[in-house]
Amino acid sequence: MMDCIDDNSNDPLTAQVSSPSGDTKVDKKKPNENVSLTDNSLLVDISDALSEKEKVKFTVHTKTTLPEFQKSEFFVVRQHEEFVWLHDRYEENEEYAGYIIPPAPPRPDFDASREKLQRLGEGEGALTREEFLKMKEELEEEYLATFKKTVAMHEVFLQRLASHPVFRGDAHLRVFLEYEQDLCAKPRGRMDLIGGLMRSMTTTTDEIYLGATVRDVNDFFEQETAFLQEYYSHLKEAVAKVDRMTSKHKEVADAHIKLSSCVTQLATREAPHTERFLSRAADTFDKCRKIEGRMASDQDLKLADTLRYYMRDTHAAKAVLVRRLRCLAAYEAANRNLERARAKNKDVHAPMEVQEAEQAQADACARFEQLSARAREELIDFRTRRVAAFKKSLIDLAELEIKHARAQQELFRKSLQVLRECH
Amino acid sequence: MSAETDAPFNNVEISNENREEEDLFASAVQEVSLDPEINGTQDGLEKSTIDDISVSSPATIGSSIMEEIATERSNNIIITITEPQKIGEGMSSYVAYRVITKTNMPIFSKLDFAVLRRFSDFLGLHEKLTEKYLRSGRIIPPAPEKSIMGTTKLKMSSTPSTESANGSPSVQSQFVERRRAALERFLNRVAQHPVLCIDPDFREFLESDTELPKATSTSALSGAGMLRLFNKVGETVNKITYRMDESDPWFEERVARIESLESGLRRLCGACEALATERRELAGRAHEAARAIAAAAAADPHAPLSRALSHLSDLHEKIEHLRNEQANTDFYVLTEHIKDYLGLIGAIKDVFHERVKVFQHWQHSQMQLTKRRENKAKAELANRPEKIEQAANEIIEWESKVERGQQEFDTMSRVIKKELERFEEIRLDQLRDTLLRYLDEHMKHQAQAIRYWDAFLPEARAIK
Repeated sequence: MMDCIDDNSNDPLTAQVSSPSGDTKVDKKKPNENVSLTDNSLLVDISDALSEKEKVKFTVHTKTTLPEFQKSEFFVVRQHEEFVWLHDRYEENEEYAGYIIPPAPPRPDFDASREKLQRLGEGEGALTREEFLKMKEELEEEYLATFKKTVAMHEVFLQRLASHPVFRGDAHLRVFLEYEQDLCAKPRGRMDLIGGLMRSMTTTTDEIYLGATVRDVNDFFEQETAFLQEYYSHLKEAVAKVDRMTSKHKEVADAHIKLSSCVTQLATREAPHTERFLSRAADTFDKCRKIEGRMASDQDLKLADTLRYYMRDTHAAKAVLVRRLRCLAAYEAANRNLERARAKNKDVHAPMEVQEAEQAQADACARFEQLSARAREELIDFRTRRVAAFKKSLIDLAELEIKHARAQQELFRKSLQVLRECH
Repeated sequence: MSAETDAPFNNVEISNENREEEDLFASAVQEVSLDPEINGTQDGLEKSTIDDISVSSPATIGSSIMEEIATERSNNIIITITEPQKIGEGMSSYVAYRVITKTNMPIFSKLDFAVLRRFSDFLGLHEKLTEKYLRSGRIIPPAPEKSIMGTTKLKMSSTPSTESANGSPSVQSQFVERRRAALERFLNRVAQHPVLCIDPDFREFLESDTELPKATSTSALSGAGMLRLFNKVGETVNKITYRMDESDPWFEERVARIESLESGLRRLCGACEALATERRELAGRAHEAARAIAAAAAADPHAPLSRALSHLSDLHEKIEHLRNEQANTDFYVLTEHIKDYLGLIGAIKDVFHERVKVFQHWQHSQMQLTKRRENKAKAELANRPEKIEQAANEIIEWESKVERGQQEFDTMSRVIKKELERFEEIRLDQLRDTLLRYLDEHMKHQAQAIRYWDAFLPEARAIK
């Protein structure tokens, strides 16, 4: 036992110097990435999706050269619940305890769009026909964007599994991709919902309980735990705030509809040249609305979604730490068992009980060691992955913002030019 | 007139003798680079060209009004209001505005002068102008409304809230600034009006160094204020109940147009306000997002990413400011202008209403005349000479009243037509200018946004 802990306590030294080890991890990751880039043995995408009342049906398309599969190309229809089912199978599997399991995609949520559409229907009388049509068009676009995003999230989830060197070999994934019938992941009934709730509750209570009772001697993991917990809450807050900002931005864009239509209305009462002037101005407002709207959706895509994705990934990373603690608890229990067995069989020569306990302790130790090593790798990988993704999103965000601001500036410049000439 | 204190021009009156002297003065200052439009020879030229234009364009206007058009030329006078300052403390305090006039119009004794005026003085001026000119069919530029809420808040605030130099101005200073701009517009409109500009009360307001007698009747809570309120209610009832059968298709068309313009503008005003409000809320949310991102940045262990995120947070703080500026543009440039526009329309409706009243008066005289004629006929039938004579006298009296009434109505209608032509010209120019300014400011805001994000881009690229 002492040996193992000694080994562990040596680790922090190397772990604390995180930047050099980070470099090696990058190296280690590179081949991985290369493999996944060049390796076309398992390619998954969602070729089609259909929204039916409450549920969305995704058509999952797989192309593969792997011998485990019966055909090289096939389609299945899956629903959101089945994706969750697949995710849960990964979480349950002890073998994957040390890995960060890609977070399950969020439930398709069109309530916001639907609610807005309903409100629009109620307020129809207050709007002119033109305004109503524009608002409706705007909403339909929004709905479509949400839909696309949902599909993309489900796709990313599968792609992460399919490109992962370990996860791709999982039998459940194969079933998910290949089995043509419904998987028995029925749309969640109430019992299931409670089950899910219980599960997440045990995870959180485990987190608190184990965090309080099991003393982790490893600085690296201690730091990781603290960091992930804090980071998760900050990301959650940031996601909420950025979401609020983008939705308001959308409303700013929508406010231009009214402005534009009012100016158009005024224009109809005027003499021809004024009418021309005013309808051009109205046109400018309308174009301005479109740009503002795009700005809002790009912010949503690049900033809010990146934050959201990493919030969920952070959660998944936290789950790894919880599993590690659970494993540590089991290991400590094995240690205690061994001590007890030794004390009880002090006088017996080579007792079976002690041997068994020794074996169990050695297994637990090995499991824990393996899990820790894996988890460490995964967490460091998570950090580099996170940084790279953030970098890309932030650059994209800045570029898109500049692009839109330029477009708007240009729009104003041009219409100023036209309007100034318009006498 | 207290122009004496103004020296060196003692006893300045707008009389013809002084004109000459003033003209001399005006031409003498040509080198001083004030626009030298007021010059004898040019004057004549300009008059003739303007006459030509006005005659050729509106066919409906008879040449009989041309006598007045001579004065119609953009007045060379610029009025600015600066330094709103709070004087006194508590409920008796008030804000004084410095009214600076620059002109080379001969009727003014100096080229530029400044006086200190308080808000009620402006209202008093408006009142006087309304009393004098509304009845003759002039559109009196609207004065800003009295806001008890705004002024009370202002009185209660301890700090002298002029515009704060940078950052977001406080609510009070925004209120003062809005009022300042509105008062400035009001005075300039009056100044640009060919008739109102040369009104002695207006000149006194601009020139007189002494404090004006306090216009008590403008106070919202005074007895006169209440009386005015009653009058207003009575007039509103009259407006609703009395329908005048319009004989002039021009007016019929105009009244309808002004009504529809008003409703269209009200909607537009609502739309602008909504946009400004949304934008202001967006600024608030950008601020919240900035805070949340800053917190996430502080928790991030990866130094370059943390740095980039905190830059992103700073950027959002700046964007918050930018959004507020955009909202200000939405509000101060567009919404305020439209409100102003609505005020002008209100003034026009007042004039229309006044015309209806004059018409009513005339019709009343007409009715009285008919009655007297009937009386006379009755008396003749009854053969009572004393009554006949009395009735005949009355008929003469009422006949002249009818004639005067008709004359008044006709003149008024003519003046209104002319005033509306003027309004048409000015309003379109102003609307155009406002929209151009609005777009121009928003273009600048976008340029600012580009600068912000441009500065951020290398930060994002620097993440290793």
